[in-house]
Amino acid sequence: MSEQTAFNLTGTAPADPSSIQTRRPDGTHRVVITGMGAVSPAGVGIPALWDAVYGKKCCIGPIERFDTTDYDVHNAAEVRGFDPVEHGMTKKEARRFERFVQYAIAASDEAIEMAGLNMEDEDPTRVSILFGSGIGGIDELQSGFTTLLEKGPKRVNPLFVPTMIGNIAAGTLAIRYGMKGECLDIVTACATGANSIGTALRDIRHGYTDVALAGGTEESISPICIAGFTNLSALTKAEDPQCASLPFDARRAGFVAGEGAGAVVLESLEHALARGANIVAEITGYGVTGDAYHMTAPSPDGEGIRRAMEQALAEGGFTPADLGHLNAHGTGTPANDSTESHALIALCGEEAGSKVPVTSVKGSIGHTLGAAGALEAIITALSVANDCVPPTCGFAEPDPDCAVAVATEPISGYRQKVALSNSLGFGGHNACLAISPFEE
Amino acid sequence: MATIDTVKEVLSENLDIDADQITEEATMEALGIDSLDMMELICDLEEKCDVEFGEPEGIETIGQLVAHIDSLK
Repeated sequence: MSEQTAFNLTGTAPADPSSIQTRRPDGTHRVVITGMGAVSPAGVGIPALWDAVYGKKCCIGPIERFDTTDYDVHNAAEVRGFDPVEHGMTKKEARRFERFVQYAIAASDEAIEMAGLNMEDEDPTRVSILFGSGIGGIDELQSGFTTLLEKGPKRVNPLFVPTMIGNIAAGTLAIRYGMKGECLDIVTACATGANSIGTALRDIRHGYTDVALAGGTEESISPICIAGFTNLSALTKAEDPQCASLPFDARRAGFVAGEGAGAVVLESLEHALARGANIVAEITGYGVTGDAYHMTAPSPDGEGIRRAMEQALAEGGFTPADLGHLNAHGTGTPANDSTESHALIALCGEEAGSKVPVTSVKGSIGHTLGAAGALEAIITALSVANDCVPPTCGFAEPDPDCAVAVATEPISGYRQKVALSNSLGFGGHNACLAISPFEE
Repeated sequence: MATIDTVKEVLSENLDIDADQITEEATMEALGIDSLDMMELICDLEEKCDVEFGEPEGIETIGQLVAHIDSLK
């Protein structure tokens, strides 16, 4: 723990705001992260997430939420022991809201508190929400079908639809905080969190809103999800939880399902400085592309994700030579990790592409699906802000088809201009965020 | 179980309302029961009391709710 306390997890307020250029050369806004919150398999809160990822702790274990006797997959990265009442929700909210909404609330409460954002001081119409879920309220969906089949249509919960729909996380957050700007649920499977943050970035950049609460949330460890993912051969069937999620490793055999929520408060630098907010990092670019290739597999040459990385770097005025590290999607499926490796090499060239550090949080916290892009953006922001690269838990045996420099141990004292965080979703959705340490 | 006790049980379970507050005279408004809560409550009471609630108008108090359910039995 003594080493971990050296990290700054909450950002710093610039000493002399008046000297800082708040606009980019083209007149658009610089956009910064001022608050972050997380519910993850590592527990509730940013410190738990950071300590697990940086400390290479594996948070995967046997599924406790339901009996997996008849299932081929028995491990997952569950959020365990989460009590919504302990995290600021009423008993009524604890009973009525789906877990994906509760995770979103707990993460957002933390992010808003870290940002020191007081809605009484804000114009609520200038504060927006972009908060997605890849799957939505799958528990309520499952129980709704069971009630319909067992008891008939009259017994179906009248709140079934508004409880289950994926956009209700965004809607509930808007009601909770009184945020009246745009309120969107972006649904792009495992790219949801990254697309939500990227869309918020663009909206602030171009002046549509001053502040945004952005992120992703997922409650996916449920019988029907695990069954579906298993039958799709997406999940590893490894029995040892400590040796199941193996990003970029030659032995990798699928991802480990995770769940949770990541939330960030983004704002224009102008707005952040005006209220004296602590700044964690700057989001310098965003790339978003489509594969137009396959329902579940990424395009093997990685052309789509390479283009997204290129766009994200270019928006920040960077070239591939400036890249400090890649926080990869790195799911541990055979196809994803080789695709991303090919894309990085295509982006940086054979030599440079094999040297730039690559990391994946998924060996530590599994694949949190719609939350992954947000949790990984948070880790990337903390990495560049603290001049480091976290290690990749689970990686041990290099794969010739992933000829990239996977970080096995933490890299520290490493000042970077920019890092990239990749997310790829079923449907061929590619998203990439460029995140830089805040420089005045 | 008396209808009032069923109502108390459901309200306590669904909305975390203290059973002592749930009296015949208490209004839905005073108990903080909004229209969504009411729909959920009716659905649960229909199942527990085995009645078809219908669409009665003017139910404002717990006593009126209980009387309506009892009139259906």
